[in-house]
Amino acid sequence: MTLGLFIPCYIDQLYPQVGQATYTLLTRLGHQVEVPEKPACCGQPMSNSGFAKAGAGCLTDFAREYARFDHIVSPSGSCVLHLKESLEAQHSPLAHRVYELCEFLHDIAKVDSLPARFPHRVGLHQSCHGLRGLGLGSPSECRVPAFSKPARLLQMVAGLELVPLDRCDECCGFGGTFSVFESDVSVSMGRDRIQDHIRHGAEFITSADMSCLMHLGGLLSRQAPQMKVRHIAEILAGTEELAMDGHGLP
Amino acid sequence: MTHSAAAHEFQRDPARAAWHDQTLWMVRAKRDRMAARVPEWEQLREAASQIKEHTLSKLADYLEQFADTAAANGIHVHWAADGDEHNRTVHSILKKHGARKLVKSKSMLTEECHLNPHLEKHGIEVIDTDLGERIVQFQKMPPSHIVMPAIHLKRAEVGEVFHEHLGTPSGLDDPQQLTEAARQHLRSHFLTADAALTGVNFAVAETGGFVVCTNEGNADMGAHLAPVHIASMGIEKIIPRQAHLGVFLRLLARSATGQPSTVFSSHFLKPRPGQEMHIVIVDNGRSRQLARSDYRKSLACIRCAACFNTCPVYRRSGGYSYSYFISGPIGSILAPNVDKAAHASMPFASTLCGSCTAVCPVKIDIHTQLLKWRQDITAAGHAPWWKKAAMHTTAFVVRRPALFRLGGWFMRRTTPLLNLLRLDPWTQSRDLPPAPAQTFRQWHNQQSNKK
Ligand code: SF4
Repeated sequence: MTLGLFIPCYIDQLYPQVGQATYTLLTRLGHQVEVPEKPACCGQPMSNSGFAKAGAGCLTDFAREYARFDHIVSPSGSCVLHLKESLEAQHSPLAHRVYELCEFLHDIAKVDSLPARFPHRVGLHQSCHGLRGLGLGSPSECRVPAFSKPARLLQMVAGLELVPLDRCDECCGFGGTFSVFESDVSVSMGRDRIQDHIRHGAEFITSADMSCLMHLGGLLSRQAPQMKVRHIAEILAGTEELAMDGHGLP
Repeated sequence: MTHSAAAHEFQRDPARAAWHDQTLWMVRAKRDRMAARVPEWEQLREAASQIKEHTLSKLADYLEQFADTAAANGIHVHWAADGDEHNRTVHSILKKHGARKLVKSKSMLTEECHLNPHLEKHGIEVIDTDLGERIVQFQKMPPSHIVMPAIHLKRAEVGEVFHEHLGTPSGLDDPQQLTEAARQHLRSHFLTADAALTGVNFAVAETGGFVVCTNEGNADMGAHLAPVHIASMGIEKIIPRQAHLGVFLRLLARSATGQPSTVFSSHFLKPRPGQEMHIVIVDNGRSRQLARSDYRKSLACIRCAACFNTCPVYRRSGGYSYSYFISGPIGSILAPNVDKAAHASMPFASTLCGSCTAVCPVKIDIHTQLLKWRQDITAAGHAPWWKKAAMHTTAFVVRRPALFRLGGWFMRRTTPLLNLLRLDPWTQSRDLPPAPAQTFRQWHNQQSNKK
């Protein structure tokens, strides 16, 4: 089975180590992984800004390039949610073959152990699109049995200690272009998110969504540079050393 | 004013903004605890959602049934196409009775119709009798929250308002003493009012009766003492059967404040001997929203404000940052129905985190509707030109690999400079990440070549 790996535009350009960790993790688990040349973006920034029509071309590119795969995996919950919802609106069968990384590992690959090690106190930021959109976990608003796919995966990592949080799934305030057009509220939300992690002694904030981490990491580097962000793929792939230098390329 | 500009003002006092966030978060947390005590909570939500869905699909029939039964019970039934007609109707009833003073229990519909200024213009004194409403009425401000109208004020500030308007000692901020002062003040008005107006939480088609929920009993005080009782309701307040009330009453108070039920859930079926009872059924744009299939579910709202309390944006920007009298997430999908241009920034005041949708007791897909409004609002030309330009440029670039690589290369080279200059809203408070030497694709192509 060959997997199509979708690395969204901002991860490609700014966080190659996340794509690399995802690729490494999936190949190490025995999957054949391919990355088609063309699609760079899922079209979400345009859609969330009210220009879904302008972003529709991205979806066309995606559907063309990835149609040949049974499973498509991406390390970005919000991009996957956008792809799923938009493809479903077009009645495309592809809609049900796109997976966020944790979703894929948990539901499809059904991993129950990982050779990873990350001896640190880690706070899990459950990104909203992953949590409420993709159902990667139970949202705190709903009275359903508690579960979290990313947390289950993180518990397979040796030495990793998950810290509890006061507000277990409050939004970090990124929200795509919201972070720019509503920057006051966005920044205030991000700072509160960070404080919650600091209060509980986290050394790292992790998430299945690099965009949330881009926002939180950007705030951290100004106010609490001792704390770092790590995409969950980096932790699950055990690439701590690689990622440590911030560039992450061997 | 756009939401972001108003939010900027609110955030100028970060300590106060943090207090506002904490206060409402406590309400949300209490709601969670109380909902958790109802094992069938999710089934209740599903039932409520389906009852509302069904009712909206046969709204005209149920309204007619309600009006007929209510009339048979001896209630005078009036229909109002818009806010003006509602106000004129209320005024004509008051005029007929020579009423000079109206005690009003909290009704967001009368806020929507701007009833108070209309009546005051005609020399009728209107007393809002809900404590929070009375406080903001003293301040000549609208409510900042639909359930807790003065939640944005601290105790000491309420003390100041009371000092100014009720003559309590300056600096008094003991809640018990303040409440007592308010109670005495309101009691004098209940006893001397010529008419009472209440809202309607639920109107039952089967019985022609309606239910009003309050915590202070102010609706009952007004309605039971005054010779005339007017109830104002939006057409969406209808539910088919008395048996359905149980579902909604269990959900409403728990979602709103975390109480098992409101202190008073009063059922009004017919006027008491010697009293006259009127009901004004108002459309005011609701049937237009009903016809917009993407947004019709917003009419299922029972006004519990759970979506406000859970909304991280509302908590950090306050009720007055919204341009509509119903603020918060639900207000942001109701407002553009009334005026797209005037409320164009409201659907953008959200991260689309979906917490509103998950908390809503009637399962309104609030964040999905927000996203839909964004498309409709930009399509109607209400987006700033530079946003439009930025989005079309992005869409063009990301589809062209060579251009994308070039743009990315340029951006990565300039991030240190952007971090240094801090000119844009992102870098004013946040760093862009250090630029990596290589993109993922470059790395991946190298990998493939090695093989
Ligand atoms: S939209 Fe839902 S959560 Fe918000 S006020 Fe209405 S019923 Fe309550």
